[in-house]
Amino acid sequence: MILPLIRRDAMRGLRAAGLPVVFFLIAATLFPFAVGPDARLLAKAGGGMLWLAALLAALLPIERLVAPDAEAGILDQFTVRGIADEAVAAAKIAAHWLGFGPPLMLAALPGAALLGLDGAALWRLEAGLAIGTPALAALGVTVAALTVGLRGAGALAGLVLLPLAVPLLIFGAGAFDAGGSGALRLLAATALLLTFGAPFAAGAALRTLRD
Amino acid sequence: MMLALRGVACLRGPRLLFEGLDLTLDAGGALVVAGENGVGKSSLLRIAAGLLRPAAGTVERSASLAWLGEATALDGDRTVGAALAFWARLDGASAAALERAMETMGIAPLAEVPVRYLSTGQRRRAAIVRTIAAGAPLWLLDEPANGLDRDGVAQLGEAMAAHRAAGGAVMAATHLPLPLDGAATFDLARHRAVAA
Repeated sequence: MILPLIRRDAMRGLRAAGLPVVFFLIAATLFPFAVGPDARLLAKAGGGMLWLAALLAALLPIERLVAPDAEAGILDQFTVRGIADEAVAAAKIAAHWLGFGPPLMLAALPGAALLGLDGAALWRLEAGLAIGTPALAALGVTVAALTVGLRGAGALAGLVLLPLAVPLLIFGAGAFDAGGSGALRLLAATALLLTFGAPFAAGAALRTLRD
Repeated sequence: MMLALRGVACLRGPRLLFEGLDLTLDAGGALVVAGENGVGKSSLLRIAAGLLRPAAGTVERSASLAWLGEATALDGDRTVGAALAFWARLDGASAAALERAMETMGIAPLAEVPVRYLSTGQRRRAAIVRTIAAGAPLWLLDEPANGLDRDGVAQLGEAMAAHRAAGGAVMAATHLPLPLDGAATFDLARHRAVAA
């Protein structure tokens, strides 16, 4: 029952995947202008900057994740078919990740090259993104469900999502320090909690939309 | 008995729209919910569909339902055929059943047109096609004739008659006259059933 939902959302997500990816790359291009062309500094801070760019890129698609389906009555049609709100939320998270995580991991390759990251740092960035992007997708869908129908939902979503994503940023960027594999483990623990808790939080938010 | 509401009350914000409402709908039956704007017709239908929790009372359904709400629930960027096929797949309806339903509502020639180019009435027809193709015994229709032209209303009437002849039931909220033979009218303002 849930597979057609994932496919529908993923197709829509992939068509719109260019926007976060381009944003991510532009942000990566801007950092050298902001901190200067010192190659050592860029290589040292580049990993954290790319994580910050990924976090900000995660904000862009939020407004189209849940609100259009709520307005079009599509969520109601899922409900009368007996599909649980949690299942709808889980499908949206999986689909959103498909259109967001892998494209971002691909964009991280030229992003890392722009900032002169070495091979080890690139590997840590990709490992971190592979672990962290599902949690970013889960947070995105949850925040989107919480802010449906509110005025200025896009800006509000940023205010709600960014503090929740701070642990991901700390552990994701922490992976570049000495002893970074500990940070990756903590990142994995945080991501696991967020990813598997989010369908219940987002499902509850979808339920309150109907009242 | 396909649908039974017992002692149902509906609270919207601070307003009590109705309370102590009882109604039943049997196989082959039809019920038209009437009443002026704001009396709670849509809310009653949403309660019957399980989309809204009643403030009091119980709702019992013994059959799966097809919901035709105010919103079309079709993806604007997909073609009519693809948007309807998505729902048909969820409902386990065959491609042939979907095609027949599109013939019934006269939108088979629009199958390749993106939904966003359709007129209000054509969108309504497409949403009715989903209701027909769903194959659910219980139809809950909120203002089904809104935006339909005279032919569209007649086609909707034929579809509802065929559905009831096959043992289905229809409950509709409407302020327009609907071609539903022998339907009971439920006047929500007085909320008691009046047999036709």
